[in-house]
Amino acid sequence: MKIRIKFSKHGPVRFVGHLDMMRYFQKAIRRADLDIVYTKGFSPHQVLSFAQPLGVGLESDGEYFDIELNSKTNSKDIVKRLNNTMADGVTILSAVELPENAGNAMASVAAAKYQICFREGCKYPGDLEKDFMEFMNSDTITVTKQTKKSEIILDLKPSIFAYQVLSDRFYFLVDASSAGNIKPTLIVDAFYRDKGLQLGEFDLLITRIDTYGKMEDNERVTYKPLEEFGSEF
Amino acid sequence: MNKLALSDDILLKVEKPARYIGNEVNSVTKDLNNVNIRFAMCFPDVYEIGMSHLGIQILYDMFNSMDDVWCERVYSPWVDLDAIMRERKISLFALESQDPVKNFDFLGITIQYEMCYTNILQVLDLSEIPLLAKDRSDTDPIVIGGGPCTYNPEPIADFFDLFYIGEGETSYKLLLDTYRENKNNGRSRISFLRAAAKIPGIYVPSLYQAQYKEDNTILSIDPIYEDVPKSVKKEIVLDVSNTFYPMKPVVPFIKATQDRVVLEIQRGCIRGCRFCQAGQIYRPVRERDVDTLKEYALAMLRNTGHEEITLSSLSSSDYSKLEELVTFLIDTCMDKTINIALPSLRIDAFSLDVMSKVQDVKKSSLTFAPEAGSQRLRDVINKGLTEESILGGARMAFLGGWTRVKLYFMLGLPTETEEDIKGIAELSNKIASEFFETVPKEARVNGKVQITSSTSFFIPKSFTPFQWAPMNTKEQFIEKAYITKNAIKEQLNQKSIKYNWHEADTSIMEGVMARGDRKVASAILSAYKKGCMFDAWSEYYKNDLWIEAFLENNLDISFYTTRVRKDDEIFPWDFIDCGVTKEFLLREWHNAQSEKTTPNCKEQCQGCGANQFGGGICFEN
Repeated sequence: MKIRIKFSKHGPVRFVGHLDMMRYFQKAIRRADLDIVYTKGFSPHQVLSFAQPLGVGLESDGEYFDIELNSKTNSKDIVKRLNNTMADGVTILSAVELPENAGNAMASVAAAKYQICFREGCKYPGDLEKDFMEFMNSDTITVTKQTKKSEIILDLKPSIFAYQVLSDRFYFLVDASSAGNIKPTLIVDAFYRDKGLQLGEFDLLITRIDTYGKMEDNERVTYKPLEEFGSEF
Repeated sequence: MNKLALSDDILLKVEKPARYIGNEVNSVTKDLNNVNIRFAMCFPDVYEIGMSHLGIQILYDMFNSMDDVWCERVYSPWVDLDAIMRERKISLFALESQDPVKNFDFLGITIQYEMCYTNILQVLDLSEIPLLAKDRSDTDPIVIGGGPCTYNPEPIADFFDLFYIGEGETSYKLLLDTYRENKNNGRSRISFLRAAAKIPGIYVPSLYQAQYKEDNTILSIDPIYEDVPKSVKKEIVLDVSNTFYPMKPVVPFIKATQDRVVLEIQRGCIRGCRFCQAGQIYRPVRERDVDTLKEYALAMLRNTGHEEITLSSLSSSDYSKLEELVTFLIDTCMDKTINIALPSLRIDAFSLDVMSKVQDVKKSSLTFAPEAGSQRLRDVINKGLTEESILGGARMAFLGGWTRVKLYFMLGLPTETEEDIKGIAELSNKIASEFFETVPKEARVNGKVQITSSTSFFIPKSFTPFQWAPMNTKEQFIEKAYITKNAIKEQLNQKSIKYNWHEADTSIMEGVMARGDRKVASAILSAYKKGCMFDAWSEYYKNDLWIEAFLENNLDISFYTTRVRKDDEIFPWDFIDCGVTKEFLLREWHNAQSEKTTPNCKEQCQGCGANQFGGGICFEN
């Protein structure tokens, strides 16, 4: 059976990178003695897939990975067993069972919501809310993205599904699918450049609030947190 | 714990920031209100190397089992962070509390290899602790060294307040009790050092004075006070089954070099290879009880979640219950999908059977360490491995499906001739021939055999029969590597043999440190000030700066390396008593020169002196 685990990541562990978080959870699952499925072969590994890598330095309240279990107890038990063996700053928030036909965590990701605030000592020199709304009124937000081989011009506008500025904080719901994932800092950076300002490399503090999948219902598209694609058991 | 010593902008700039954040699973934090003694335990190399060291994990566990002691970890900041810390004047901090090391009571440094000496200075410097012990005041931490290199502590004696000679499990409690009492009575650093000098295993360099003869060899090393012992005897744990062992080792976030559970099955080695320091200083052999080890294995796997377990010892094949232990591990681990990483075992039917169960034969390789190319030279070094047993082992392995063989040799061993060197090529060739004779064409898995022969340069170490031996010069080393290379090219099966050799410059410097005296400290200090650091990392080793450092301090490198030492020379480390007597080592040095082998401890006691500890293998036969 497929189980989806949701966790948060705060404090010093935000400096643990994605690959190391995967290693961390592989060991945590052993410590918690979950009855996880292993692949066959000479070097068996756990059937485990992560939703969306989180950049080093970012905190999150909505990280996900899927595992496959041979036998299950119940949601509460799995959350408890994992939380008993977590490092400070990593908290398991939920465990849900996915329907058999559910896509894996990685493929299910469609969007992510971020909160961006200014680091202490950094402040936008103007009326942030007014200026930002004005900026978002333009038809396109073009940025130049540096890839390994070349530069590409990108329009961010279609990738921003929702946004809000509240008491000096930005909130963005942006495309996080494997094809169209964008970094929310790109938007703030473009905004600053539009106003003739320069955003410092470390001016922003970013928290991922949740990661979402896409629901299409009568041609109406909605984004649901990944945990809502399964149910408690 | 949310405080970090480094700001986000620094952590986002440096490579692998998780090296510096602490907070790992099983790391220990304590309430400072209940702590009287803060101990910073350091491995002076990068985090991934330091975290792989079992000794620190044992001591970390032991110290933290003491109620009012909090032991934390410190490693060398990598070069990128090192530069930032110097530029921004950030004091080196311990991982758990992220507090500056300079506020601790102790800074303990484990010294596992000579080429980390400049990193000791890096750690002291970044911690804002005076580099020289004599410049430290009552507010500075007590700097204490331990580990194999402290058996010749003299080259680094000026940098340490104390050395702990031997195994840490025995005397630390008394040392800390003495410290606590001294502190509670408001007495000074010097009064603590005087008291510590009386504790078994503790060497206080400032309380000893070296005098030299005209030819610069040692005349004497004597205590400067009457109540300070003339010699310092190493400490050992007699009952290794009933002592500290970390059931909950710290699990690093980033991949450490040793990313697995480590089960230390025994201490010491029966073999007595004449070049090997570990084989002498860890005597006598003491085995851990096999049932205790089984419990440890299960508990540590459960508490860490590691997916691999390995055995640790100097010669695992000599552990009397190896078969029982390995069978147990295979039975319990395989269905839990835990890998078993076997250390180099002597190749025989049992080890091949076990290896074929735990690793993919096609991908793994077999290791032999003949150390010398000819039987004559193997007798000189007392390496009890014959050509027949190597070829026989290889034959069995080839029949079992293995096609890769690794061979380890040393160049520059005492009495070595060109013939011995060519023997390396010939032995490699014979193993390849063995493959072609043993395995019929149609059964050759990858179609061929791969022999990798590697040579390192022999470095004489203290407390070995070869402590009297002259080391080769750099030129000799390089010439010998060429002889080996050319000899391999001449072999019939040369296409199946790959040859690797070690760099010569670092070997020379390691040779100086290994048998250096107190004067060498000035060159280490100069080298560090010139920018030497991470000398064990070839890309950071700066030979020209080291050479300059020796010249500026009027020290002759060859005095420490290539000089012929007389039988009655007093060595800088002679005041340390590792249990094995100098008489025994000298006898072995003479045996080596007359190509006479010596039986191992299981076969026959040689009266090395280690029986004075009153335990271990000395009393089992």
